[in-house]
Amino acid sequence: MNAVLLEARAIAKHFGGVKALTDVSLTIRQGEIYGLIGPNGAGKTTFFNVLTGLYHPDGGDLLFAGEKLEASAPHKVAKRGIARTFQNIRLFGNMTAMENVMVGRHARTHAGVLGAVMHDRRTTAEEAAIRRRAEELLHYVNIADRADDLARHLSYGDQRRLEIARALATDPKLLALDEPAAGMNGTETAGLRELIEGIRRDGITVLLIEHDVKLVMGLCDRVAVLDYGQKICEDVPAVVQKDPKVIEAYLGGSVA
Amino acid sequence: MMARQSLFERLRHDKRAAIAATVLMGLALAVFPFVIGSSLGNSWLRIIDFAMLYIMLALGLNIVVGFAGLLDMGYIAFYAVGAYLYALLASPHFGLHLPVWLIIPAGAALAGLFGALLGAPTLRLRGDYLAIVTLGFGEIVRIFMNNLNAPINITNGPQGISGIDPIHLGGITLAKPLTFLGYAIPSLHAYYYLFLALALLIVFVTIRLENSRIGRAWVAIREDEIAAKACGINTRNIKLLAFTMGASFGGVAGGLFAGFQGFVSPESFNLMESVMVLCMVVLGGMGNIPGVILGGILLTILPEVFRHGAGPLQIAVFGKILLDPEALRMLLFGLALVVVMLYRPAGLWPSTTRRREFRGESATDVLKEGE
Ligand SMILES: Nc1ncnc2c1ncn2[C@@H]1O[C@H](COP(=O)(O)OP(=O)(O)OP(=O)(O)O)[C@@H](O)[C@H]1O
Ligand SMILES: [Mg+2]
Repeated sequence: MNAVLLEARAIAKHFGGVKALTDVSLTIRQGEIYGLIGPNGAGKTTFFNVLTGLYHPDGGDLLFAGEKLEASAPHKVAKRGIARTFQNIRLFGNMTAMENVMVGRHARTHAGVLGAVMHDRRTTAEEAAIRRRAEELLHYVNIADRADDLARHLSYGDQRRLEIARALATDPKLLALDEPAAGMNGTETAGLRELIEGIRRDGITVLLIEHDVKLVMGLCDRVAVLDYGQKICEDVPAVVQKDPKVIEAYLGGSVA
Repeated sequence: MMARQSLFERLRHDKRAAIAATVLMGLALAVFPFVIGSSLGNSWLRIIDFAMLYIMLALGLNIVVGFAGLLDMGYIAFYAVGAYLYALLASPHFGLHLPVWLIIPAGAALAGLFGALLGAPTLRLRGDYLAIVTLGFGEIVRIFMNNLNAPINITNGPQGISGIDPIHLGGITLAKPLTFLGYAIPSLHAYYYLFLALALLIVFVTIRLENSRIGRAWVAIREDEIAAKACGINTRNIKLLAFTMGASFGGVAGGLFAGFQGFVSPESFNLMESVMVLCMVVLGGMGNIPGVILGGILLTILPEVFRHGAGPLQIAVFGKILLDPEALRMLLFGLALVVVMLYRPAGLWPSTTRRREFRGESATDVLKEGE
């Protein structure tokens, strides 16, 4: 069994009276694809926001690669090796696809004002490396032909891919995807699935929020289910699918 | 627009054409003051010199507003800081006469520090809120300049500081005509060359910054601050850097202004001036360096054209002056702004990307519920 990459311990987060997360504990192992599912409003995205430092948790803590993650410090979280995409795509719309991915290299590069102005050898080399890596990643997610287009002009599916490329540019150990298949058609979803499998083959652990049950069950090694901010189940897909609490949560959700 | 753009493309790819264009441009800029001086006279030459200063200011503010997307309404405060530093260190007021090569960089540094001071408490603010706080900051600086004459007289209050040393380097002063290879170069021309050189330097620095890791981080923050954070950008530091860099350009321009004018008073740094520089940035084409330069030139020159033209034009048409040219000037100027913003909302010369995709709304930077 692989080493633990991320351990969430009793994470709590509430908004006024709404308990978005209550004592959520999960363990994600190195190299796995870990699914996080649950009905609408279950707290999945909130968990991502706490994990990536955008929200300050009201309780609990996160251990990443054996060390505590600092709360409320998104840029430090990125530097530690957690990258993410957003449920409602957040690209830099008026930058080109290429530039979007280049921004993703920020945390792994160093040039400051002086280097930028003087163009010393180190800065030019670094800039060339940023460009090369960005090109590679655009190829990797299969949108190299759109490199010079504004992000906002890409198709929906390509925007999702671009967001993944930008996240990968930060050299993450853990890639957290928030509903990457939302709004995609069958072929696009199949392509996405291949992409995610490839990412895992490259040694990156994936945390996946997804409503597409087929995708989750086919792709994930383990799945956790959230309902009303609580983890009600965590196991391999075959077991999760049969869990009465899970069925109840989903049926209850869809009936209501 | 199209033709100009393809010309740029050509220059980018053809080295020889680029060199030829640069030489031609250089020659044109070199003879420009002589053409203006002999055809329109010295008052216009002064206006051109001021245009150079405004270009520097507009480029500085462009870093904050155009690149990083932070609406700063008090930018003129940094111009004031640079100007007052020069005035205090090189005038009879304190009896100090420090060399220019020391004061101008010091002015840039001090203005940069003020930029950071303004930036630090406003990091969480955006849009309208940021505009109001920065507006207040600009006014506070001006009011300080106005009142720091008692109990200890530092700024000489509303009277301002006069008798400021003209800009001088080594033994050469720009206040008197220079002789160069047997030619006499009048003072205003000499100032023009100095300001042009520094404006070009600032253009160069801005272009380099724009195409760098830092420049991309600024634009990323403008486009989506939350995504920028998730990409590992320390948005606090990068925003402070934008405020600092932008302010330091203002500090340089301020120092030059003090030496050129020989006199500074708080009046020169009022809210209207901040608005004017902001207009240069917005009207020219926010975020696009050539556009901002164009904005700086046009908004310095247009009001003067209206001022000089309004009187004679009325006499020619009506036989007498019906409206005070000074009032008419602002009226026409306001009208021009409205027309431009209606018909070219992305500015006169927007960047290619903004031209393709101008949108009025700004990116949302709050995590919406469940996003
Ligand atoms: N910023 C916020 N302010 C107030 N309430 C919030 C906020 N973010 C989330 N919530 C609430 O927390 C709960 C969990 O929301 P969350 O977005 O995490 O759900 P989700 O599982 O991602 O749902 P979906 O599948 O619809 O994306 C919801 O009740 C939501 O209304
Ligand atoms: Mg969600």
